[in-house]
Amino acid sequence: MMMKLDWSQVRWEEVWQASKDTLTMLGASLLFTIILGLLLGVILFLTSKRQLLEQPIVYMLLSLVVNVLRSVPFIILMILIMPLTKALTGTTLGVQGSIPPLVVAAAPFFARLVETSLREVDRGIIEAAQAMGASRWDIVRRVLLLEARPGLLAGITITAVTLVSYTAMSGVIGGGGLGDLALRYGYQRFQTSVMIVTVALLIILVQLLQMAGDHLVRRFSRK
Amino acid sequence: MQVVLFNFEDEHDVTGDSSSNRIMEQQEVIPLIELIDIRKSYGNSVEAVKNISLTVQKGEIFGIIGHSGAGKSTLLRCVNLLERPTFGSVKVGDVELTKLSTNQLQKERRRIGMIFQHFNLLSMATVRDNIAFPLELAKMPRAAIKQRVDELLQLVGLVQHADKYPAQLSGGQKQRVGIARALANNPDVLLCDEATSALDPQTTNAILSLLMDINAKLGITILLITHEMHVIRSICDRVAVIDGGEIVEMGDVVDVFLKPQHSITMDFVSQIADSFDPRELIGTRDGRLVKINYVGEITYEPLLFNAVKSTAVQFTILQGTVSRMKNTPYGQLVIEFIGADTEIDKVLDELRGKGLEAGDLK
Repeated sequence: MMMKLDWSQVRWEEVWQASKDTLTMLGASLLFTIILGLLLGVILFLTSKRQLLEQPIVYMLLSLVVNVLRSVPFIILMILIMPLTKALTGTTLGVQGSIPPLVVAAAPFFARLVETSLREVDRGIIEAAQAMGASRWDIVRRVLLLEARPGLLAGITITAVTLVSYTAMSGVIGGGGLGDLALRYGYQRFQTSVMIVTVALLIILVQLLQMAGDHLVRRFSRK
Repeated sequence: MQVVLFNFEDEHDVTGDSSSNRIMEQQEVIPLIELIDIRKSYGNSVEAVKNISLTVQKGEIFGIIGHSGAGKSTLLRCVNLLERPTFGSVKVGDVELTKLSTNQLQKERRRIGMIFQHFNLLSMATVRDNIAFPLELAKMPRAAIKQRVDELLQLVGLVQHADKYPAQLSGGQKQRVGIARALANNPDVLLCDEATSALDPQTTNAILSLLMDINAKLGITILLITHEMHVIRSICDRVAVIDGGEIVEMGDVVDVFLKPQHSITMDFVSQIADSFDPRELIGTRDGRLVKINYVGEITYEPLLFNAVKSTAVQFTILQGTVSRMKNTPYGQLVIEFIGADTEIDKVLDELRGKGLEAGDLK
């Protein structure tokens, strides 16, 4: 099937705007995801079995919440939490309106990655820190987060890439950005050229994120 | 707790030159670590430590030896309460650790350094930052930290490796970092958890002599656990042998080593002594087989020759060790005497008169 692509259909200023929107959504949601996910991940780790703050009930409840949020498909989650989104940002549309669902979807995912990387930290190092008189907070800040840094950076990279695909999906409910563009022109108006441009841009974005992440992980690996 | 006033000028004997001897004599009498009726069980069934009481004196190097699973690791961790004993009290210096709040305990732990079999260094921090870690915890000012870290690097001989990461170091170097880190806050006590078990024999000896140096120069009391008798013989003053969570034998290393009472102790001693058992000689020789032990300066005197030269008794050395235990020379010989029984008895009496132990091999 040969189809002639009409590149004149591509409105570059709209592509440019959509790219900026995607980057804004990605940046803002990644920032909040890291903050919330790190917090949640550290708590999950500390309250889990045989750890510093072992609290089986707290762990079980948090774990349940994380699992529930992770099992709801993003597209449905966006719709489900619309009231929350509206309360937080005043709108459910556009760049602002898509940030809360992105964070709610990505933070539990990232929290699990944080928990896993913290679990990789050698128990002996934690024990040594305790023997030196470190408080729990010292251990989290100076030992766990430091030692798990390569794992955390890898986790941030994976989360960022996941967020790129989520931002594209948020176009469905009018979230703006490249996904929105692809949907409105490429899908609804059969402008394949626009679709190709947006997909290419998304691929480039994901590549760049992955390369930057890999570079950081390598830079901070000491083993 | 007994208090003994001590005038070490009077006690200063002629055999030792060194200040370390004086420190040891002086410290002989001050208990620094007191474990009283320590029990530790996991769940309802497993009892890792059963009612152990132990006093480590200030300035000494005390070794606990046992097979894996004997409870020595748990016992060591009870000293700084990494493991909280199920029952019993732990006193370090004048402070009863088992009565402290979490905060107070964290402060007290800074007086108790600890090193580990697998070093447990921060893999993401340089040598310098690893050593600085406990100082940062103690909130020492930056400039003072730098100065202290430089001193410590000097002490353990790692100045040129200061900016490397642990993965770039050999095992021995890693343990030196561990030691520097443990000493950073000028602790009174150093706990060593199988500190040389992951090292090759040569490196082991280098680390052991570093530990002995630290003990002599800084007067730090060392409590170590190991499964290697070599470690005990090389640096310990006293030893406790533990098995099944209980102390089966305890005393000066010289005594325990030369006259082991318990079968577990004998096992450990045979790690070092020739694996050859002298009792196998019985019945294979015509002469009279005698075992001789001696300790101290007489090790280097020609006592055996002097004892036989006026008699017609001849002798052959069938098996023997002449070595040192920490700073004490000792020898253990199995000798075949050939001659009249009465004359041999005379020789043995003369040897006993010089302070040797001699007895027929049975």
